[in-house]
Amino acid sequence: MNEETIRKFGDELYAAWLERKTVAPLTERDPRITLETAYRIALRTIDRRVQAGETIVGKKIGVTSKPVQDFLGVFQPDFGQLTSGMVHEDGATIDLGTLIQAKAEAELAFVLKEDLAGPGITAMDVIRATDYVAPCFEIVDSRITDWKIRIQDTVADNASCGVYVLGRTKGDPRKLDITLAGMVLEKNGELFSTGVGAAVQGSPANAVAWLANTLGELGIPFKAGEVILSGSQSALVPVTGGDELVCHVGGLGCCSIKFSGRSAA
Amino acid sequence: MSMETTQKRTLTREDIVRLSERIEGAQTRAYAIPKLTDEFPDMTHGDGYAVQTELRKRFIAQGHRHVGWKAGLTSKAKMQQMGVNVPSIGFLTDRMARPENAAITTGDLVHPRVECEVAFVTKADLAGPNCTKEDVLDATDYVLPAVEIIDSRFSGFEFDLPSVIADNGSSARYVGGGRARDPRELDLRTLGVVMEKNGEMVAMGASAAVLGHPAEAVAMLVNILAELGETLPAGSFVMSGGITEAVAVKPGDNVIARFQELGSVSMRFVE
Repeated sequence: MNEETIRKFGDELYAAWLERKTVAPLTERDPRITLETAYRIALRTIDRRVQAGETIVGKKIGVTSKPVQDFLGVFQPDFGQLTSGMVHEDGATIDLGTLIQAKAEAELAFVLKEDLAGPGITAMDVIRATDYVAPCFEIVDSRITDWKIRIQDTVADNASCGVYVLGRTKGDPRKLDITLAGMVLEKNGELFSTGVGAAVQGSPANAVAWLANTLGELGIPFKAGEVILSGSQSALVPVTGGDELVCHVGGLGCCSIKFSGRSAA
Repeated sequence: MSMETTQKRTLTREDIVRLSERIEGAQTRAYAIPKLTDEFPDMTHGDGYAVQTELRKRFIAQGHRHVGWKAGLTSKAKMQQMGVNVPSIGFLTDRMARPENAAITTGDLVHPRVECEVAFVTKADLAGPNCTKEDVLDATDYVLPAVEIIDSRFSGFEFDLPSVIADNGSSARYVGGGRARDPRELDLRTLGVVMEKNGEMVAMGASAAVLGHPAEAVAMLVNILAELGETLPAGSFVMSGGITEAVAVKPGDNVIARFQELGSVSMRFVE
């Protein structure tokens, strides 16, 4: 696929994000799109956001659980980039009108204190290079009509990233069992779902190691200070204006988020 | 929990004895029977508990030691699946216990399935009604991880709550193990759990899946006991209900349940 087509799809997804509109699945319009091409399309959309004044603050890992991998017919995760415009405070109210068709996921976030340059990175390197972990919510959103995504569509769309909230509690991964830490998610004060770190690639640290190695192969930097959303430990939560979500990570702490308004789509 | 559900009775004394003999036969000789409500469609929860109590007396008369209780149907998902809005309880005896890392025979079970639970050992008597989560935590000596092997004796997985209660809440075997812990040192609500079968993760969750907090399930159990005119004596072993969904097992399967803060419990299944 030539540079011009990559740029065209990248610009189209950037415009969709900016105008809060959806586009038809890319894979329906061009079945030749490979996973690598999809990542290059995503890089183009991120370049546009950076040109418009945002900075890259981290990465998100998606498609980390077996049910989601089975659904998309893939056997590995995917990733997207986090930009400064996606960051919200713990307890923030998110106006759904700023998004298109948002859903929430509860995750464990990592913040690096050292660069992680793959390939050759293992889970042990991840723990060594981690400054702290924190509970977090990722609000996923799709610029593809009705979430009708194949793996290439979501990868091109920056792994369906919307915005995110990091909990205030910081945990040392040396003092916390990140594999077996329970994840309890409440919606409007009622239990919504429970999960555990192991749901993410056996351990969230494995997902981060995969990311470091994948970024290394693609020549994308992975720097100290970056935030990594390691993958969903909950069911995908539908949200509407007025909803409040709280997630509790066993041995660590909690994170909360509220919603107002109405999704654009 | 209404008094009505356990107090209302329709079965005669003769029916209760006959049904407890039928359940005992199915449990001890491992065969499936039709659900009891096929013959007694008006059977209530109270009737189910009357049959269960008769069954317990029969086992105790045969020399089994009554060591404690189990709570069942403690997750929203399971209650919805059964179309009920109350948990159920069953009794536990020494004969159902298997040691950690045991080879558990399946030839003497009908449809064995395993689930991960937080278990409690008490150091003070507990009595309902109005027993609370805090009362349970105050009376707890220690908590430990456990795997319950449940076995419904009803054919074709056709059952309803009165039948399941009469069948002692599908109790069959249990394995306690891991690390005994003081519950005051833990957040019992957010403990993560992973169940692996033959090295593959087959079920996952966190302890809040059990009525929001496992001690809440024990409090409900004590309150159901009060309706039945019973209390929970100090030294009881109580399983608080499945955190994970029940997973079917067969000979050759190895199962390990890994719990945050509580260690692990393992077992294997043989013919």
